[in-house]
Amino acid sequence: MNPSPWRIFFKATLLFVVFNLLLALFPSGQGVRWSVYNHLVPGRERLPFGENPSQAYNLSLFDVEAMFASHVVSAQPSHPEYRVFIMGDSSVWGILLRPEETLAGQLNAMHLMTADQRPVRFYNLGYPTISLTKDLLLLARARQEKPDLILWLTTLEAFPPDKQHTPLVEHNRTLLASLSAPCLPPPPIPSTDPLTALWQRTLFGRRRAWANWYRLQVYGVMWGITGIDQFYPKTYAPAKIDLAADDIFHGLHQGSDLQTALDWSLLDAGFCLAGETPIILVNEPILVSHGKNSDIRYNYFYPRWAYDQYRRILQDKAVKKQWYYLDLWHLVPAGDFTNSAVHLTPHGEALLAGQIRHALQRDFLKTR
Amino acid sequence: MAINQILLLGISALVLGRLGRGKGRICWPLAASVFFVFWMQPPLPLRGLSFLLPLFALGLVVLAWAATASPAGLRSAENRRAAGLLLVLVSVLAASRYFGPKNLLPAPPPALGQTLGTLAFLALAGVALAYVAKKRPSVATWSVFGLLLTLFLILKTPALSQAVSRFWRLWHYQNPALASALDIRWLGYSYLAFRLLHTLRDRQSGRLPEANLGEYLTYVIFFPALAAGPIDRIERFLKDLRAPASDFTTGVLEGGQRLAVGLFKKFVVADTLAMIALNPISAHQARSAWGAWVLLYAYAFQIYFDFSGYTDIAIGLGQWMGIRLPENFRQPYRQPNLTMFWNNWHITLTQWFRSYFFNPFVRSLRRRKRLSTGGVLLVSQLATMGLIGLWHGVESHFLLWGIWHGLGLFIQNRWSSFWRPRLGNLSGGKQRALHVGSVLLTFHFVALGWVWFVLPTASAWHFLLKLGGIFP
Repeated sequence: MNPSPWRIFFKATLLFVVFNLLLALFPSGQGVRWSVYNHLVPGRERLPFGENPSQAYNLSLFDVEAMFASHVVSAQPSHPEYRVFIMGDSSVWGILLRPEETLAGQLNAMHLMTADQRPVRFYNLGYPTISLTKDLLLLARARQEKPDLILWLTTLEAFPPDKQHTPLVEHNRTLLASLSAPCLPPPPIPSTDPLTALWQRTLFGRRRAWANWYRLQVYGVMWGITGIDQFYPKTYAPAKIDLAADDIFHGLHQGSDLQTALDWSLLDAGFCLAGETPIILVNEPILVSHGKNSDIRYNYFYPRWAYDQYRRILQDKAVKKQWYYLDLWHLVPAGDFTNSAVHLTPHGEALLAGQIRHALQRDFLKTR
Repeated sequence: MAINQILLLGISALVLGRLGRGKGRICWPLAASVFFVFWMQPPLPLRGLSFLLPLFALGLVVLAWAATASPAGLRSAENRRAAGLLLVLVSVLAASRYFGPKNLLPAPPPALGQTLGTLAFLALAGVALAYVAKKRPSVATWSVFGLLLTLFLILKTPALSQAVSRFWRLWHYQNPALASALDIRWLGYSYLAFRLLHTLRDRQSGRLPEANLGEYLTYVIFFPALAAGPIDRIERFLKDLRAPASDFTTGVLEGGQRLAVGLFKKFVVADTLAMIALNPISAHQARSAWGAWVLLYAYAFQIYFDFSGYTDIAIGLGQWMGIRLPENFRQPYRQPNLTMFWNNWHITLTQWFRSYFFNPFVRSLRRRKRLSTGGVLLVSQLATMGLIGLWHGVESHFLLWGIWHGLGLFIQNRWSSFWRPRLGNLSGGKQRALHVGSVLLTFHFVALGWVWFVLPTASAWHFLLKLGGIFP
């Protein structure tokens, strides 16, 4: 006699519910560390990010553990190396650039060596959102991968309080709190009622996260086969040269005090997180426009008054705190920017890499 | 089909399996199938066509039935009831432009006048065809035959599709410069045409069983098998349709298992493989020979799991409604030769071509006695497989795919004839090794054939070189 289909359905449902409850009651941790990357397929040269997965073979997800597990930084190096982690925004990640054209790619192509003959390996840990808190989250997690030096590229746009609530940060408030204590005051973690929290930990509640993790693994095969990790459009709109006659920066007008209006303490938190690991702080190159209203603004992001004040404060702070600081804001000519006032062409990245190489060899590698 | 569409089809099949007993055995499945013909049609950029294509599909079925039905039974009460039901359903759907839920159909129906005009035209054509069928049956069947093949040719030839799209756009005051071959996607036309051609040919040869309009319509547009087959035979389908309802619980259990397997194959396995399967872009991007092979293997398994998954879904839904649709795939990649592969890959299509093209063509060639046995085989295999290739689209790479298989079948036939007597007394171990080798060889022959199937001809050559480690 055939069993009743309803009994089978009931049993299957019961098993599913029990399995979900077990997962919710005994969570395995902050994220998923298992990965095909660095095992079956090569690790990615930059953190997963992509809004067009089927063409980029890459996607955005919020599981920081899975992101790092897919990155080549998590691979065990085959021989001793001097590990330099490059933190920053989309300009570091390399929008429109192939991995070898990014800052990390160009620095790696220089085959630098330390005085004790260890190869210097640069890891691209940039992520395409401009936010100091996002940098802190990634820096805090990156410490587990044992950097010898951190290259931290930043820009004024990363400092305003409203830029500290990126989706990646918001999905990882708990992780940020656990990784960044005691350097960062505990961020406000939105309270959720116990039932919702339990639901969010079930397999069903985490279905989107699991699906993204799964897709990331599958796209790893395509990354291995093609070496492509972003969609390269045939054309793009270049960064604006003609600007609005507007001097407002995130609601602040000329004369405002950026010392109090911006989250400068986040920089301190970054240096605190790095601990003994040295940091090179870089004020990254920006597009300096010579178009319409360029007497008011440097570019789409920055009115001149705000950016000039920001540079002064940052310079003073670096001197006061004895940070190693490079102000390279005006290094790259306007023609070497692509679709944003901070995105560089390969040639622009080469100029930046040249400056950083010089500083590294002189003051860190001691090979010059 | 998206999973939410399959969910709705599943619920409908369950309800119909319960309702469609006794007098409702034909009425409910027919009503549901008519609705789903319209509902499953993807929205098209051409004004009104998303509704009119399904309407044409129903019109074609009625025309084919008028051409094949016995004149005596044309005006029977049950045929009138079926025609009435069809008319009411179409009218209700057409009226959804003005009343009821706005999103009932994927695209709003055209103005009522246009629908009524089309209906009147189709009704007139049906009456005329029935009249012709009474006097000259073969003229009627060949007329529908010709119409079906012409539509087939238009839909499968990109240049013709684009020309029709341009014409339609001009007619409906849309921008003709935007015309594309993809503008005319007629859901399930191929399968509909195969079923109709089968009934027309069987009518000509006197093998077609009597079917009233309701039965005929239900057979051709049976919704579980509308989008991706299988291509059932009418005599087998009618047997199930007319049989007393079987045990509902057993049907639900067996069909449910089949459906679950199909959903897993399609939405887990095939959709995962689709992310890494060969396509014209990834073929160009592959940087190594091993990478190219991974793309190719992924495609080979993706197309199998996708297609056989849909078949499982169709069979499962059919079982819920008390109809046992035929199998379409039986482990094709585990077959030791190409003939066995084609006996187990898209079985119903292969059988269709064997019945209605290959066998008659071979008989015709043999009658003429101009070719040797081998010559007859070569020509008929090439012609059959070439046609199967062109069925996917009138493009050179599909033809090359067909020729690849046609040649493969011919060579395998000759090879088997030569070696079979010589290899008959091999020991058990050697037989097993030979079998494994044959399976691998057959699989790789089929997999390499997919290169022609997926890629335009020039890209296919380049990709084949990549597979060999040569990067031009």
